[in-house]
Amino acid sequence: MSKFTRIEEMWRPDDRPLLHLTNEDLMPLPPPLNHPSLDRPWTPLTEAARQQYECRLDDTCAVSVPKPKSPAEEAELVRKFLAGLDKLFAREDNWTFLQPLVLTLEHCARCQTCSEACHIYEASGYSELYRPTYRSEILRRLYFKYVKHGGLVSAWQHGDIQLNWPLVARLIELAYRCNLCRRCAQVCPIGADNGLVAHELRKLFSQELGIAPKELHDNGTMLQLKVGSSTGMNALVVKDNIEFIDEEISEKTGIEVRTPWDVEGADILLIHNAGEILAWPENVGAFAVIFTVAGLSWTMSSELAAYDSVNYGLWYDDVQFARIALKQIEAARKLKVKRIVLGECGHAHKALSVVADRILLGDANIPRESALTLLHELIMSGRIKVDPSRNDFPVTLHDPCNVVRLMGVVKPQREILAKIAPKFREMEPHGVNNYCCGGGSGFAIMSGNNFADWRFHVSGRKKLQQILNAFQDCLDPSIPKYVCAPCSNCKGQLRDIIKYYGLWDSNRILYGGLVELIVNAMVDVKPGFIDWEWH
Amino acid sequence: MTALVFLIVYAGVLAFLAGCVARALTYARMPAHLRWEIYPVPHEEPERVAYGGSYFEQPRWWTKPLRSHWVTELRFMIPEMIFLKGLWDHNRSLWYRSFPFHFGLYLVAASMVCLVASVALTPAGVELSGTAGVLATAARILGAVGGAGVLVGALALAWRRLTAPEVRNYTAPGDVFNLIFFVVTFGLIGAGLLSRPEGAPGAWEVTRALLFFDTSIALPKLLAWGLVAGSLLVAYIPMTHMSHFIAKYFTYHKIRWDDVPMRQAQRLAKEIARYLSYRPRWAAPHVMADGRRSWAELAMLNPAQKGDQ
Ligand code: SF4
Ligand code: SF4
Repeated sequence: MSKFTRIEEMWRPDDRPLLHLTNEDLMPLPPPLNHPSLDRPWTPLTEAARQQYECRLDDTCAVSVPKPKSPAEEAELVRKFLAGLDKLFAREDNWTFLQPLVLTLEHCARCQTCSEACHIYEASGYSELYRPTYRSEILRRLYFKYVKHGGLVSAWQHGDIQLNWPLVARLIELAYRCNLCRRCAQVCPIGADNGLVAHELRKLFSQELGIAPKELHDNGTMLQLKVGSSTGMNALVVKDNIEFIDEEISEKTGIEVRTPWDVEGADILLIHNAGEILAWPENVGAFAVIFTVAGLSWTMSSELAAYDSVNYGLWYDDVQFARIALKQIEAARKLKVKRIVLGECGHAHKALSVVADRILLGDANIPRESALTLLHELIMSGRIKVDPSRNDFPVTLHDPCNVVRLMGVVKPQREILAKIAPKFREMEPHGVNNYCCGGGSGFAIMSGNNFADWRFHVSGRKKLQQILNAFQDCLDPSIPKYVCAPCSNCKGQLRDIIKYYGLWDSNRILYGGLVELIVNAMVDVKPGFIDWEWH
Repeated sequence: MTALVFLIVYAGVLAFLAGCVARALTYARMPAHLRWEIYPVPHEEPERVAYGGSYFEQPRWWTKPLRSHWVTELRFMIPEMIFLKGLWDHNRSLWYRSFPFHFGLYLVAASMVCLVASVALTPAGVELSGTAGVLATAARILGAVGGAGVLVGALALAWRRLTAPEVRNYTAPGDVFNLIFFVVTFGLIGAGLLSRPEGAPGAWEVTRALLFFDTSIALPKLLAWGLVAGSLLVAYIPMTHMSHFIAKYFTYHKIRWDDVPMRQAQRLAKEIARYLSYRPRWAAPHVMADGRRSWAELAMLNPAQKGDQ
């Protein structure tokens, strides 16, 4: 199948996908995966999924929109789409992002400078469908035709488009082939933002048609608003789990820790990504150890949504986003804490510190701080004493887009690593130019149908290449290696992709957060905090 | 005929100015959006700009003074505006086409400024000399080099539009037309100036006549057509994405680099409070918009809790 997909194919009426990729098509990887035959075979989409859902974009299906049962139902969905399109460009409905969206659509010069910056486009072997401008071109043409009501002259100026259900169905999926990492926007000479276009399309589908991946909406924001956390843990369960972690960690480290709950007037309200509590309890425990040894005044909150820093609304729905952010702030206000410290979760950093900033008026604007900054202060001031020789293994650092490119927290984690990890090496490129892990914008928690295969082969491929390149001099399995990823979602993606390619077994590549490395080096702690076991 | 051409030129310039102002106002009047910056932000502390850091890197950042460094911002902006540095860094092959075009336009604009200044410094009936003479010579050189740059650049860009696979999906007939419009305009003006008969008015004389609405000069035909094409072109630019020189102010200063924390933005807080009273119409059930509820009210509702549903 040709990797060049014409724009017109988006409204092709048949069910056939527009793109099919094989391992031979993909961006080459370094050793030990340096031949397409060493790559894993793709899990094909099942026939049942193809029959049941709208899967006519490519090899996978992320959103699983049920197929409409009749032409009338299709027409109704298209009508709703048009109504949503109208609202996307209306001040009252979309004041939150109207200006950047209009500027992007009206002024992109279609020069393609952004394409080379996109890891998905590159990893897919430069497949046209995944070019950052491809989905923007669709929205641009729709905008000029249906929002600006352009006639023939407009079509001549901007290109024509035919709106039908197949186009809408493909666009829903295409909105979920972008990590919203905004690396493309960073290099655009005009300042246009194709990541924003994907974000706004997702919003249109969610806020108007009620269409969003289950993992983000039903099991994400809705669950968080219902029980308090997208993990499904209510306050009782979370406290129970933390108690268990406290016990384990106290025993393991020799430092007696007890996580404080709902302490009024504490200096710090610490909010973790609650996924850590279930998947990486050592991260949560490590925070408790550091905060205890440093003698900080801190607390966690058992209020709804306030013990889980995630805010999936950031990726697909402004209303849900605002609701969760306000709940977290409300809990901090109730406890009268002086600041909120965000644990190792990238999107939570950006959501609460940056994107929510303007809706936090007056007293609601409680200071939010990155844990990385606080940890940096503790280590540089000597309040936490470290022995770097305990981390005598190669370490590389992943830069979560939401913390680094989109929030500018770049140096603290590097200075910490310089102090605690003598064999630290940067991956290339790094800092604000680093690539997304491939799990950004919700992908790390999305594995419906065969979507996980797509994120391993395509969206996560560039990160895999960077990691393997960083460790080329020490691939030997006798040398344990550590990819430090101070972000829960990034860790989820790294865990899955390292496991998928068996890189722990074959090359002893492990991943983990920053606090684990810090505690592993702390002189007050029993040696051997990092287990060097696959989990 | 000269009078008609001049009227078209005046109308073209006015349409350009009005079009630019209208476009800038449209964007300026749009509501302030949620924060959406991308680092590096060049007005940050210079040592942080070097690697893309932000004020968030400081412990208790909200207790520290936040300064905006316009010098470092200019250090970024000038190479971007004049030399298209972003394109040089990220898309070199396009830079070779785009730079002559854009820089050519700047030189042509500079040439026009020199012509106007030269005419202004030369009283009626007095020979061109001194500073005015130097300015006229500068205008000729700038105009010639700039015009050639625009012509070559526009042709190279049009060729890319027509042949490069990476823009195949993204080239509407209007894109090619825009570039050809530049080629035709600059071709006509260039040819009109170069081929004019002995004693016919040149750029300096035409500028003078335009400034004083002196319709007694006999415009060479090609030059007259060039002026008409140029007038139409400048009137047309604000109607297209080619007015990105306006858009860039907003995309850079109001989006990419807009990192002002809400704690320091009192006026903005008032505006946001107004936006929060807007009544959105989104139809998905979980949004719970009924046409009466405001954004602020919707944000306080919980679609997952029985009482709110
Ligand atoms: S988004 Fe920017 S870089 Fe990409 S095609 Fe448009 S103008 Fe060029
Ligand atoms: S935001 Fe990231 S993933 Fe999306 S198009 Fe841009 S570079 Fe690609």
